[in-house]
Amino acid sequence: MSTLEIRDLHVAVEDKEILRGVNLTVRSGQTHAIMGPNGSGKSTLAYAIAGHPKYTITSGQVLLDGVDLLELSVDERARAGLFLAMQYPVEVPGVSVSNFLRSAVTAVRGEAPKLREFAKDLKNGMDALSIDAAFAQRNLNEGFSGGEKKRHEILQLELLKPKIAVLDETDSGLDVDALRVVSEGINRFRASGETGVLLITHYTRILRYVKPDFVHVFAGGRIVEEGGPELAEKLESEGYEQYTKATA
Amino acid sequence: MGLNEKPLSTLHEQASFDLGDFEVPTGREEAWRFTPLSRLKGLHNGKAEAAGNVRLDVDAAPEVTVETVGRDDARLGKAFVPTDRVSAQAWQSFEKATVVTVPREAVTSKPTVLTLTGSGAGAAYGHIVVKVEPLAEAVLVLDHRGSAVYADNIEFVVGDGASLRIVSLQDWDDDAVHVSHHHAQLAKDATFRSFVVTLGGDLVRLSPNVSYTAPGGDADMSGVYFVDAGQHLEHRLLVDHSQPNCKSNVDYRGALQGEEAHAVWIGDVIIRVEAEGTDTYELNRNLILTDGARADSVPNLEILTGEVAGAGHASASGRLDDEHIFYLQARGIPYDEARRLVIRGFLGQLIEKIQIEEIRERVLSAVEAELAL
Repeated sequence: MSTLEIRDLHVAVEDKEILRGVNLTVRSGQTHAIMGPNGSGKSTLAYAIAGHPKYTITSGQVLLDGVDLLELSVDERARAGLFLAMQYPVEVPGVSVSNFLRSAVTAVRGEAPKLREFAKDLKNGMDALSIDAAFAQRNLNEGFSGGEKKRHEILQLELLKPKIAVLDETDSGLDVDALRVVSEGINRFRASGETGVLLITHYTRILRYVKPDFVHVFAGGRIVEEGGPELAEKLESEGYEQYTKATA
Repeated sequence: MGLNEKPLSTLHEQASFDLGDFEVPTGREEAWRFTPLSRLKGLHNGKAEAAGNVRLDVDAAPEVTVETVGRDDARLGKAFVPTDRVSAQAWQSFEKATVVTVPREAVTSKPTVLTLTGSGAGAAYGHIVVKVEPLAEAVLVLDHRGSAVYADNIEFVVGDGASLRIVSLQDWDDDAVHVSHHHAQLAKDATFRSFVVTLGGDLVRLSPNVSYTAPGGDADMSGVYFVDAGQHLEHRLLVDHSQPNCKSNVDYRGALQGEEAHAVWIGDVIIRVEAEGTDTYELNRNLILTDGARADSVPNLEILTGEVAGAGHASASGRLDDEHIFYLQARGIPYDEARRLVIRGFLGQLIEKIQIEEIRERVLSAVEAELAL
């Protein structure tokens, strides 16, 4: 069982405070949805936890099973069991998907996977996400459609099997078919009950496929309301207006 | 055009086989302003006496003839006229030349490998002619190793409908100085593929030139270089489109690391009035891995005709992209390995174009070795 604990997290970008005291605990077996309007700081939370150099932590803690992630390098955080599915996965020329995935799996598991097993896992993972086999030889994210990029993020999620997954607007830019395929991937990942999910989204649409246990409304760089799945339905009908007004 | 810049087409106009026609460069000339003359060991000012030794070993395809000839052989000096002093010096100073001939319609069954190995002090001068007769197809490797102060001219004469692929490896020892001119002359519908890999040497200045004698020629020139502390690696390309409907494509990429690592890339393309329907593109990219390294990248495109099929150039020099590194690290890959993957990817895309597996693997492992430091 794992626990991700975010305690009074304050984060700035170039001296501008974006996160203003975020408190949140995600345990194995739980799915938390963070919902909020654009510019509320949702993605900042995701990238700050993962350790993107653009973000400065001004105070607070992020603990994964008691280990302060903020003391670790980006790759150490990933090896400790954190995964960030990115909203805009970057294109890396000349690095093939298969080479990248093998390097990542080797790093996270601490040893190189057996070639045949890895090939099998990769094929199964790709089949499940309806990813074409030729994909493995392509350069990382290069020329991928929006949907292909997101499927590829979920493929990594399933191969790396982190303790806690942060999914940053994985649903954005997906059509309904792709959304279903991606959601099924997330649900397979959740099925073991041994992993926690922090799902960041602007829309309630994905929550019909990936049912959250908790919903948090994010505005002005902090959580302003919390509840169960019913809160998402309220947001669906009423929108974010009441929250953006309150923090303006 | 700014300051003292003259049109490209006039910069290369001075051409002569007579060394006396060239002034000793001072470093202020456009063609010499990036090159540290004091490190040329006299190749540019006549003080480099031909006392050195660069041995040439040939492993030729059976379809090919290789001859060692005297200075008076009629096949020498047909595809070029020297346009700088070191080229003229090399022409004046070599004793024996090597002529490689690929007979008409022959398709070589294996690459012809010329290994040039330098040993000891003193300068050496060389001359090689590679003649590919009409409709023949050949692959040639030039492999430079050892320690040398060496200047040479290499003529690639590609006949009607013929195809020549070359790989030129500058894998010298750390103290070597090499000033080289490649002169490719393409006849009607000829194809020329050049892949330059420069890794070793204190100073390497390589000038690949392409000219066309008839329409339909197609030149593709790629280059990869890895510049370490103190090295000066300079590539000066000139494609002179003087015939209609010819193509050229240039893609040179380098990585630099360490104090005083210096890369220079000059990409000159001239499209003359008569060269209608020309299609050309040139690209240079540099990855600067540490402080103290410098890349000068100067693409020049001079278009003198109104009718081109395509003409463009791009140049970009920069640091490793933080977002690339972040993405790989976010998947657990440690920084050093992430960096290696990104750099190898950047150069590897080009290296994959080398069709000779043995050479491709050698270049890849040489790049790996550079990255392991």
